[in-house]
Amino acid sequence: MKKLFDGIKQGFKNVFGLLKDAWEYGDLWTRLSFLVLGAGNIARKQIVKGIIYLAMELGFIFYMIMFGVTALSHFGDLGTKEQGMAYNEATGVYETAQGDNSMLLLLAAVVAIFIIVFFVVMWYKNVKSAYRTQLNKEMGKKNNTIKEDFADYLDTKLHFTMLFVPIMSVLVFNILPLFYMILIAFTNFDRTHQPPGNLFDWVGLRNFGVMLSSKGTIGQTFWPILGWTFVWAIFATFLNYIFGMLLAIIINRKGTKFKAMWRTFFVLTIAIPQFVSLLLMRHMFADNGPMNGTLMSLGIIPEGDPILFLSSKTLARITIIIINLWVGMPYTVLTTTGILQNIPSDLYESAKVDGANAVTIFWKITLPYMLFVTTPKLITDFVGNINNFNVIFFLSEGGPKTTKYYQAGYTDLLVTWLYHLTVDSKDYCYASVIGIFVFVISAVLSLITYRNTASYKDEEGFS
Amino acid sequence: MQKKETGSMKRNRFIANTIVHVVLAILSIIWLFPVVWIVLESFNANPDPGSSSFFPSAFGIQNYIKLFTETDQFYFAKWFMNTLLVAIGTCLLSTFYVLCISYTLSRLRFKARKKLMNVGLILNMFPAFMSMIAVYYILKGIGLSESLVSLVFVYSSGQALQYHIAKGFFDTIPRAVDEAAWIDGATRFQVFYKITVPLSKPILIYTVLTSFMAPWIDFIFAKVILGTNYNKYTVAIGMWTMMEREFIQDWYGCFTAAAVIVSIPISLLFLFMQRYYVEGMSAGAVKG
Repeated sequence: MKKLFDGIKQGFKNVFGLLKDAWEYGDLWTRLSFLVLGAGNIARKQIVKGIIYLAMELGFIFYMIMFGVTALSHFGDLGTKEQGMAYNEATGVYETAQGDNSMLLLLAAVVAIFIIVFFVVMWYKNVKSAYRTQLNKEMGKKNNTIKEDFADYLDTKLHFTMLFVPIMSVLVFNILPLFYMILIAFTNFDRTHQPPGNLFDWVGLRNFGVMLSSKGTIGQTFWPILGWTFVWAIFATFLNYIFGMLLAIIINRKGTKFKAMWRTFFVLTIAIPQFVSLLLMRHMFADNGPMNGTLMSLGIIPEGDPILFLSSKTLARITIIIINLWVGMPYTVLTTTGILQNIPSDLYESAKVDGANAVTIFWKITLPYMLFVTTPKLITDFVGNINNFNVIFFLSEGGPKTTKYYQAGYTDLLVTWLYHLTVDSKDYCYASVIGIFVFVISAVLSLITYRNTASYKDEEGFS
Repeated sequence: MQKKETGSMKRNRFIANTIVHVVLAILSIIWLFPVVWIVLESFNANPDPGSSSFFPSAFGIQNYIKLFTETDQFYFAKWFMNTLLVAIGTCLLSTFYVLCISYTLSRLRFKARKKLMNVGLILNMFPAFMSMIAVYYILKGIGLSESLVSLVFVYSSGQALQYHIAKGFFDTIPRAVDEAAWIDGATRFQVFYKITVPLSKPILIYTVLTSFMAPWIDFIFAKVILGTNYNKYTVAIGMWTMMEREFIQDWYGCFTAAAVIVSIPISLLFLFMQRYYVEGMSAGAVKG
């Protein structure tokens, strides 16, 4: 953490140091570049580059006058005019009067902020470029021609060329929406404040308080769901891990015949799209589904008294964890087989000489070894299970539903609750708060692992 | 030294082997049962979601015929083509993204590299669909909502952040190769397309296949972005709709037929790329 802040401090120092130098030692053209972008470049015969900078400035000014200023001015109030009925003098009837739309106003403001940040970065680059060309000229060095500049973008600046398009795309479709939704967590954009009919406004940290307090229904939903999310993640991760590994071991042990066939059988189930297999499972275990039907016709359970596999609280949770074994064990087989074969065989042999049986060998040698090697994978799996939308949503949709919870059921995880709050009830602000909590949980868990793995510390170990 | 096996050891081993094979057989039946069942159900002549038995009483191909002929409400052939188009688009665009990002972060050294990697790490920790509503309105803003093109962009940008496996692959190519080429006067771009790309066939195949499969499997973004326009649906949301309470009675048989049709190509692709999947994962595991 300290390193991070030091890094940021150093970064600011560098930026402001350069700006100060450019102002103090810059000539007329360099100083002019502070105001008129590209001036320095044009003066030093980098016409195209200078014109590009200038065009950016003009475009920015145009944008700010036409949209930017209005967009930013609503960032604080998020709109004031509610949509309502207004009497139209000319036609003599009541009409819907266009009001403000907080949602779009906030979005426009966020876009404006991104554009301003982008422009500031460009402005800084422009000053830097102007100052550098000036220094080059003073020291008698040649400045790059436009052709040389282009060549640079395929060589020493290749990283810029290759990253530009992907990063733009990620910026528009990932970072901007995410930034927007994080802001939403600090507003009251819930079902009762839906624009354009109603406006929403900033409420500070209120939503976080509502979520964490044990008073209202939302708080009383959050804590049990958080608890179940962890219970689920622990069971789903470790049961799949241990049973999957056992399965891999018995497939790969010396005496087993047709190893490839058994492996293919299990891997085949991964190959089927999850929504197909899971929807099928839901149907299979429904109250009037074929599983109950078969049990009834076999006389194992009485007629008309089905087992509520997916519609009673505790049983639904157990059913889901067990079905998840069906989903997850093949993955473990797939990923651990190779690592299992790497366990040094002298470990096994000496254990056998000491008279250890298979169970002891598993607990004392295989499991500790595997835990040592695959801890990062386990923690990634754990985070993955906290975010495991598919299994829960397709199997139970979070149900059985209950009135004790706000828009959620007994098997809902934080992420499926987030989905319900977004799609079903449009309580966007609470959904965002949950998203932030999930982020915090994942971040804490991942930081612990990533910081401790070899690949983060010693990335170039191979090269 | 040759160890001599006693009779009892042999017998014990035989018993152990038998138990293992019986256990494997039972487990295989459990795992394969749903697969076999859905194939049988798809040929069920009287599909009935409330049926109390697992096995159909009569066989026929009515489900398949209905799936492709009754297109007024659910137009499966169109969904299939939609998904195929989105999948092709996504796999082209996102392979390009992933290749660019993973190559740059792995092979090139520049100031912002570590920072970008940390940003990627942080972005990946937010639930991916937390921002879907905002994505929807942004798409609406640029006039792309409820369209298949928008799905391509959204999936590709999402996949762009999943560059770790490809980066892990590039990390294993010795940097000395690149440096030697630089000294010989090759530009970095030449090194990229003349040396690195030809070396990275496995990871290219892996990336192409994973990104091709994503649109067939994804549910959330398709549902939010495509809204209620049935004709623009992809197979995942279309089939999910078939299983909704108001449709299941009529469409259950078709669902099973559609499931078989969709699963066959996806399963084949997956089995084909399994090798690369394991390679990628184990490269990641060794490297931590």
